[in-house]
Amino acid sequence: MGTATRRVSAAGVGRPLHMRLIEREAPMGYILLLPTLLVLGVFLAWPFIFGLWLSVSSAELADPGHFIGLGNYNFEFKIDRPFWTSFWNTFLYTGVTTVFKFTLGLSMALLLNQIFPLQRFVRAALLLPWIIPTVLSTLAWKWMFDPTFSVVNWVAAHLHLVAAPGPNWFGGTSTAMAALMIVNTWRGMPFYGIAFLAGLQTIPLDLYEAARVDGASRWQQFLHITLPLLRPVLLVVLLLSTILTFADFQVPFVLTNGAPYNSTHVLATWAYQWGVPGGAIGLGASISLVLFPVLSIIIAGVLVLLRRPE
Amino acid sequence: MDRMAGRWIRIYIPILLFILITLFPFYWMTVTSFKSASELFDFNQSPLFVAAPTLEWYKILFFQTNFWHWTVNTIIVAVVSTSISLFCSILAGYALGRLRFRGADAIGWGIFITYLVPPTLLFLPLAFVIRDLHLFNNLWALILTYPTFLIPFCTWLLIGYFKGIPKELEESALVDGATRWQAMVRIAIPLALPGILSAGMFAFTLSWNEFLYSLIFMNDSLSKTIPVGVTTEFIKGDEFYWGVLMAAALLGSIPVALLYSFFVDYFVAGMTAGAVKG
Repeated sequence: MGTATRRVSAAGVGRPLHMRLIEREAPMGYILLLPTLLVLGVFLAWPFIFGLWLSVSSAELADPGHFIGLGNYNFEFKIDRPFWTSFWNTFLYTGVTTVFKFTLGLSMALLLNQIFPLQRFVRAALLLPWIIPTVLSTLAWKWMFDPTFSVVNWVAAHLHLVAAPGPNWFGGTSTAMAALMIVNTWRGMPFYGIAFLAGLQTIPLDLYEAARVDGASRWQQFLHITLPLLRPVLLVVLLLSTILTFADFQVPFVLTNGAPYNSTHVLATWAYQWGVPGGAIGLGASISLVLFPVLSIIIAGVLVLLRRPE
Repeated sequence: MDRMAGRWIRIYIPILLFILITLFPFYWMTVTSFKSASELFDFNQSPLFVAAPTLEWYKILFFQTNFWHWTVNTIIVAVVSTSISLFCSILAGYALGRLRFRGADAIGWGIFITYLVPPTLLFLPLAFVIRDLHLFNNLWALILTYPTFLIPFCTWLLIGYFKGIPKELEESALVDGATRWQAMVRIAIPLALPGILSAGMFAFTLSWNEFLYSLIFMNDSLSKTIPVGVTTEFIKGDEFYWGVLMAAALLGSIPVALLYSFFVDYFVAGMTAGAVKG
């Protein structure tokens, strides 16, 4: 690159000054980044900083509020019981669904990597839950888990998997949480599957052939070739998905919105509950900010794992 | 024969199971949307099929609701915010993937770190920003805020793509007297077109599906997008209008479903470039 740059600036001597300037890489780099930095600065960095202020203020919808120190945090950590429920629910929701999405996604990818008829159709079909508007498919699931006309229960009862009426999904905390996890897993699994498939397709086939010649079993090939080479993809997908699940709003909001009795809220919906219908924007902001340190720790952890092989 | 049976057990049956679970909710949406009001709540016959199909719910959806407005709004927002995000992230992706300058690494990290600040964390303070700009119930509120989560993703994907294009191609153009800018526009960007296409698809889908910002910023019925309109206007208290809801859910899903069924290979290729090189 260095020699090319030098050659170019030599060639650029005869040109007008502004052309020569634009050819040096640094100014051009900054100019190209300008639109991105502008958008992210105004609509991301500034609101984030403003959110920090809101979290230590008594702001409400029509009232800018004043500084109240750690009052909001004090209230949620010490008094607001549903806050702790939603805090632990968020971890449970993320942890359980991630395990399922990971294993199901990996099996999906290994299956899709085989040769079988209608491959394109199958791939497109399996991707559907992830690309269709989450809110709309979650509504379909809400109808499928309906207290009186649940088709899930109807099918399960006809296959003799459960006794006739089946569970009232949104009537109890544990079944409602299970419903949330089922929908999230259903929705997120294809992303894992397709991303892992993309990773699988970059693994050279001769590695497997060499292993077969050496007498490695299918399982050994998976353990010693597939998994290590897939590692970067696995970690990147895990990272993105953990962040998105941890901050998920759509599935919990549409499916249960805390029911029954604020027992299935997650941090995102609880922040909304206080901030928008409750009108306490400062308190809402402080609840959603709790996500930040947790996400940072998760990301730092994954990045450390990602870097280790180099 | 034994080999064939093995393939069924190892490959075909698991794939069929996956497809069954994946597609059932869409099947249920479709079936529900064609059932009459009385059939919806009749489980004495099998609920899995429609006995007497009706277009009742679609008629209500088209003629008695603002569904068309929501559709037009969703299209405008998705197209414009995708275009803005692609413009920004092509330039940023080129700068970070191709050029060497002081601070490039730091800025690249900075853009990556924005993943730590999802919409869930920003929607309350952003509501103030939108109010100060007088953009409530205005589509610009969404067009301007969606790029905050689209640009980082597209840039990340495109950095990988630009890095993958051989430097010699651009260098020889520079030697032939092209400016750096010309080399970017005429050589690097056309070669990155598959990446740009899959970034565009991602961005379009994410904006089509966005819910939280739209829920907060759009309260006027005529300015809602499909996901928000459907969830806020077809559910009254405890009463769910399942026929209309499922008809709307189906229609609202079709555009993105079509997009992906045509371009699924590009999508997988884009994932490869982004996930592996990025």
